[in-house]
Amino acid sequence: MTETNEILGGPGPGGDGFEPLLRLRGIDKHFGPVQALYGVNLDLPAGQVTGLCGDNGAGKSVLTRCIAGVHQPDHGQINFEGRPVHIRSTRDASALGIETVYQDLALADNLDIVQNMFLGRERLRRGLLDEDSMEQEAAETLSTLRVTTVRSIRQPVASLSGGQRQAVAVAKAVMWNSKVVLLDEPTAALGVVQTRIVLDLVERLRDRGLAVMVISHNLNDVFEVADRIAVLHLGRMVAEGPVADFDRQSVVEYMTTGSSSGRPFQPAGSANGEG
Amino acid sequence: MARADTHGLDRDTPVTADPGETPTGTADATMVADLTATPGAAAADVPPELVAQSFGQYVRVWWLRVRSGNSGILPVVLAIVVVAVTFEVITPEHAFLRPSNLVYIFGLSTVYMVLAMAETVVLLLGEIDLSVGAVALFGGVIAFKLVQQPGPAWPWWAAMIVALACCGLIGALQGTVTARLKIPSFIVSLGGFLLFSGILVVILGGADGNVNVSSSAPNQRVIYNLVQGLIGPVASWIALAVVVGAAGTLLWLRAAARRRQGLAAPPISLTVISIALVALVGVAVLIICTVNRGTPLVSVEGVPWVIPIVLVVLGAWTLVLQRTRFGRYVYAIGGNPEAARRAGVSLVGIRTWAFALCSATAGLGGILLGSFFFGEYSTNTADPGQLVLYSVAAAVIGGVSLFGGRGKAIHGVLGGLLIGGIAYGVSLLNLGELATPLEYILPGGVLLAAVLVDVLSRRGTGSVTRV
Repeated sequence: MTETNEILGGPGPGGDGFEPLLRLRGIDKHFGPVQALYGVNLDLPAGQVTGLCGDNGAGKSVLTRCIAGVHQPDHGQINFEGRPVHIRSTRDASALGIETVYQDLALADNLDIVQNMFLGRERLRRGLLDEDSMEQEAAETLSTLRVTTVRSIRQPVASLSGGQRQAVAVAKAVMWNSKVVLLDEPTAALGVVQTRIVLDLVERLRDRGLAVMVISHNLNDVFEVADRIAVLHLGRMVAEGPVADFDRQSVVEYMTTGSSSGRPFQPAGSANGEG
Repeated sequence: MARADTHGLDRDTPVTADPGETPTGTADATMVADLTATPGAAAADVPPELVAQSFGQYVRVWWLRVRSGNSGILPVVLAIVVVAVTFEVITPEHAFLRPSNLVYIFGLSTVYMVLAMAETVVLLLGEIDLSVGAVALFGGVIAFKLVQQPGPAWPWWAAMIVALACCGLIGALQGTVTARLKIPSFIVSLGGFLLFSGILVVILGGADGNVNVSSSAPNQRVIYNLVQGLIGPVASWIALAVVVGAAGTLLWLRAAARRRQGLAAPPISLTVISIALVALVGVAVLIICTVNRGTPLVSVEGVPWVIPIVLVVLGAWTLVLQRTRFGRYVYAIGGNPEAARRAGVSLVGIRTWAFALCSATAGLGGILLGSFFFGEYSTNTADPGQLVLYSVAAAVIGGVSLFGGRGKAIHGVLGGLLIGGIAYGVSLLNLGELATPLEYILPGGVLLAAVLVDVLSRRGTGSVTRV
């Protein structure tokens, strides 16, 4: 099964199976007296979708923000493309090609799709905004992601449906040659059809060779798109491995108790739950 | 395991449509549409010039948009027509639409137009500047004081530059306080309003003080003429031809460039019609202005300088708001400050600049006001409270949203014309004691109506996400 994914990984650096694009080792983070993360390890390989699961307060958001540059870990190492890196700000993250799509999307309702996608990185021509070239590039990005349900890319974001907004937010994130995309609860508050759009989009990102991390409560969605699953429990990474090592039952147990059937996670693919 | 089987199948299937969803506000729209905007898919939420392939379609899409609350400048244009017709009917001798009165209204309105454009940029941020009136008068008085003879006797341009710079500094200060200390701009600018209203009286030299410029002193003539000066008929017609020609070429080239690049462009007929409309309005204004409106002894004809001045301010603000990064960020902050911040926009910087530019523009309005009152500034002619109310009202009536993120410079201009028309129309009625209250009550009523439209149209688009 992992073979299938390897093939679909497409061109580019997706083939190097041994060194993941992003590797976290021993990440600690505390806020005052509260320890949020304890020595977390996480691999995000290129061309694969990693589902990050965990109950409320497990540290999913803190971990995401450590990767996105919002927080800095107290200890631990982050390797990007094999090199150790320090991500001190969201700008550092963007410069590396790490983009985050937050739950509240961060789109300006009154601006149109093109304006939102280029917000903060507008193209200028003779000191003025180069609308035409931005519009062309935005259209191109959306069509390679096959986001074709919008009527005009010049319509204000306020007029889009939830799924379309999410699609625009994702397209905005991947337009900048990003290599890692973190999606925070991408399907929360979406209907069935809308969720379908977003999940298809996630798969297309994977097919383009990006490392994708989907943070979600919704195990249906996770099992539908994820190639790998990582489970946080009270700030510790209690399970991480290919999706074949998990089933719904075991993920729920890892999320709630930190172990499955009373045993901790066995990474060798042997811990196949009985069902 | 089962996951892989079902999955390999649909992984390559593109999403073509999602039949279940309905964009907010449009029930009639067809769902499947392409990025290049299929002509049949008329939607109330899309700018009509981007989906219409022919003029007929444009009108249909535009009408859909109007019905859904996205009416643009239509309400204010209609209101201007209604006000004009009403006053023409009810004024004694049906004097409202006489060329002399209309030119007077243009002059009076330009002050409100410039102040409303100034206010627009701050409203777009979702803020408000209540000090525009006081700052405008402050700037006007500074400019007037600097050209006094005996006195500093500065050249007119130096006086104006310094006055505008002073106003800009005041605005920057208020903007910094608002943005950095996160104090509501309402309070900061209310303080500024009171402060500068007081300082104004001091500079003017007491409650009955005044300061004048005349058309005879060489360094004062230009300032006196800003509103009072006239451009001769011949020069006016030539200027109009040049302006319409340039605007038309620009519109045409832009549409042609978009078409060449395969982007959605307005239909050719629409481009032609908009050029024709610009020309038509220009010709109408010119005809009104070039009618001899003097007495049999003294002929008065020509276009006041202030009309091209306002057009330049309008052009500058339109350019800044629509075609520069600064303008884009102003809209972004007004729409969703958090999104702007995450995109790397400096909220403090943009807010400070917006307030500074607002106040500098207001300063120009103040100089125009002095010129409008035949070069005389006194505490009687200058009421900062009324000015600020009128300018906020003009912007909102014109179609600028009080909630930020929506509106254009042209809205301020049209709103200013409406306010000026109402203010002068009331004074034509010879109502005696009733005139003063009506000058407040009528614009107030129109303002409330405009705010109502603003709120309702926002509710219609369902986009009330304030952070």
